[in-house]
Amino acid sequence: MAMAPDAPVQAEVFAARARFIRHIRHVLTSNPVTLLAAILAFLILTAAVFGPLIVPYNPLETNAAMQLKPPSATHWFGTDQLGRDVFSRVIVAARLDLAIALAAVAMSFTVGAIMGLVSGYYGGWTDVIIGRLCDTIMAFPLFVLAMGIVAALGNTIENIVYATAIINLPFYIRMVRAETMVRREAGFVQAARLSGNPDWRILAVQIFPNALPPMMVQVSLNLGWAILNAAGLSFIGLGVRPPDPEWGIMVAEGANFIVSGEWWLAFFPGLALMLAVFTFNLLGDGLRDIVDPRMRT
Amino acid sequence: MGKPGAAPLLDIRNLTVSFATRNGSVTAVRDVSLSVARGETVAIVGESGSGKSVTSFAVMRILDQNGRIAAGSVVFSGIDLRSAQENEMQDLRGREISMIFQNPRAALNPIRQVGQQIEDVLIRHAQATRRTAHEKAIDLLRLVRINNPERRYYAYPFELSGGMCQRIVIAIALACQPRLLIADEPTTGLDVTTQKAVMDLVAELTRERGMSSILITHDLGLAAQYADKIVVMEQGIVVESGDPRKLFASPAHAYTRKLVRATPRPGAGLRDLLPETQQHGAQAAEMTSDPLVIAKEMPIIAVEALVKEYPLSSADTASIFRREQVTDVFRAVDGITFHVDHGESVGLVGESGCGKSTTSAMLMRLIDVTSGSIRFNGVEISNTPARDFARHELRGRLQMVFQDPADSLNPRFTAFRSIADPLYRLGGVKLKDEARAKVEKLARLTGLPLDLLDRFPHQLSGGQKARVGIARAIALDPKFLVLDEPTAALDVSVQAIILNLLADLKRELGMSYLFVSHDLNVVRLLCDRVIIMKSGRIVEQGDARSVMENPQAAYTRELLAAVPHPPV
Repeated sequence: MAMAPDAPVQAEVFAARARFIRHIRHVLTSNPVTLLAAILAFLILTAAVFGPLIVPYNPLETNAAMQLKPPSATHWFGTDQLGRDVFSRVIVAARLDLAIALAAVAMSFTVGAIMGLVSGYYGGWTDVIIGRLCDTIMAFPLFVLAMGIVAALGNTIENIVYATAIINLPFYIRMVRAETMVRREAGFVQAARLSGNPDWRILAVQIFPNALPPMMVQVSLNLGWAILNAAGLSFIGLGVRPPDPEWGIMVAEGANFIVSGEWWLAFFPGLALMLAVFTFNLLGDGLRDIVDPRMRT
Repeated sequence: MGKPGAAPLLDIRNLTVSFATRNGSVTAVRDVSLSVARGETVAIVGESGSGKSVTSFAVMRILDQNGRIAAGSVVFSGIDLRSAQENEMQDLRGREISMIFQNPRAALNPIRQVGQQIEDVLIRHAQATRRTAHEKAIDLLRLVRINNPERRYYAYPFELSGGMCQRIVIAIALACQPRLLIADEPTTGLDVTTQKAVMDLVAELTRERGMSSILITHDLGLAAQYADKIVVMEQGIVVESGDPRKLFASPAHAYTRKLVRATPRPGAGLRDLLPETQQHGAQAAEMTSDPLVIAKEMPIIAVEALVKEYPLSSADTASIFRREQVTDVFRAVDGITFHVDHGESVGLVGESGCGKSTTSAMLMRLIDVTSGSIRFNGVEISNTPARDFARHELRGRLQMVFQDPADSLNPRFTAFRSIADPLYRLGGVKLKDEARAKVEKLARLTGLPLDLLDRFPHQLSGGQKARVGIARAIALDPKFLVLDEPTAALDVSVQAIILNLLADLKRELGMSYLFVSHDLNVVRLLCDRVIIMKSGRIVEQGDARSVMENPQAAYTRELLAAVPHPPV
């Protein structure tokens, strides 16, 4: 719809952007917890994007002379049984864990939103089928279901993503369905019908954006769960394989050495895991405030 | 306060209530003084934001967390309510002072039987023991004239009508024989006949028991009919108080004058509702006798034997396992026939559940018809399914202004986007500049300041939202507009302005209206003809004046009698 960009339109775009940035700043400063979460999330994202460039050692490089050294100035988080630098491995692992979580959440967000919108808007048979599908997924212990899916589909990273996406799907479907049902007869939806909007457009343009604020909270919470889920699957030996650095595997491998006193092997990846989950759980509220225009005053 | 014998039951002096917000402290009520004598009914009248509810909340000490009484005193029969402990207040609430809220359904617990909810109050204030409570609750149900109280005791709120729920709330409020009853907009959202029944009941019960009451309302007519004294509030300040008759006859304050003028009343035309200063000579022609009404052969809308049926059992999931035919149906609209001529305004009047909203939804082709025909300029439109009507060539010709301006605007769309949507979809507008120009023209037409176009609905007032809704409805230059109680959610002074705007637009753009409402007084102002509906059927239709002055059907007479009339 955007045509030749002339001066007033450009100015308008800039003004809108400035308003949005001002709003983000307000959300961050009004709630210190959100600010803390945003800083942590920024650090985690930096580690994920630039990880291999900023770490002091090659995370895969073994060094027989430096096996199982405790944390020191040269090796901040110590070294593992093959002499690899734990700090470098923890930082580099952020990329893989985050990529799995993001991909899984993006998939369940998209598919769940579409299924939830259709189910809540049309009701009837569609709703019954989608509803029973959710019930079926929810009937399993979710982690066991994920294990089953990965075991059945094959032990690859893609399948971890699919498994994580499937077990999170019902949460999105149910939430979007509920948000859609309360709005499908709302005045503004009727008005949109009168303006000649077809059903798909009403769903996408009128109803879906109104379901975004609660969905953002769900996305953020889910990112945390998805990271835990991916790490959990790796911990029991599914998905990511050694020697690739990944928090779950690192905890699993390090666990063998805790009894002999080398606590740092499992401790630091575990800490990273905990911080990541903590961060995304806290971030949810802030994200909701950012996407809700009612907070923009 | 030192005058025994003549001491009022409730004495509010210089009350100031302030709320702490993100942008500092906001004073909602400033320096309000009023008193209620024993057995007296005082009405607090004001528009939204006038502080009338906050005043009553301060008396009950149920202000929100961030609100506090900043100054003044509230004395109830010698007890200082401002400094009373919370547990003292708990004893007073319900037993000495009780309250009736605006939305009776929200005031009742939806998952408990109404009888039990009455018992709760009785037991809480030691008016009954567990053994006697049941009997007392049934007595109370009988008192508020609920038929068959022994059975209704076991009913849940959702099984009762709005009026019945309000009776239950009144029963709860009166259970402990309080000395002061505060009714906060007790009849908003109820039909006129129900309103009359509820108000008569409250008036009778309070008189019988010598109770005092405070009636909080936005309806000056209602206040005048039921109160001994009226207190008018504007933006947290009492601007005038006194005897209702005197207040109506010679309002002293400018705001009271504006309010009295804006209240629809017999004998007043549409222009008479506006403040004197805003009547720039437009009143020369009475709105109803419009030069545009030239009887053409073909009406713009012709409805014949229109029927809408709904299955009674919820068929959605149940029918998957039981495939038998659903035979029980509910006829929401039961074979109605009427027409709207070019340039004409027709009022469709009836109480909730009479089928008027279903009728307008069918006319707008938002829902399918069961049988019957709807012709627009002679073209049959009822046979295109509602879900395909978005692509029908006549879609843009039939538009609607919705009841609740807040609900009918997408909270995530700016005013501009809401108005521009039909232009992009059906108006053939592609470029943003073109849309901007058209939307600005519409905004000017509807009196919406241009700098508000980039705001979201929550940043607009009720009247401004109504204007956005109207601008959107006329964006495609429709010939026929359904107005579904467009002013029901607005204050009277805003209602006066919006009704005048609609009348002006109709003349300028040559539209025809179907005005759906439950308020005969408002319909009379805008419409040439009225149709009275009851239980899906038309009971009477005809020229607005003759129906109002000489109603034929018993139901129309009942409706007219229920409308509160200000003393003129």
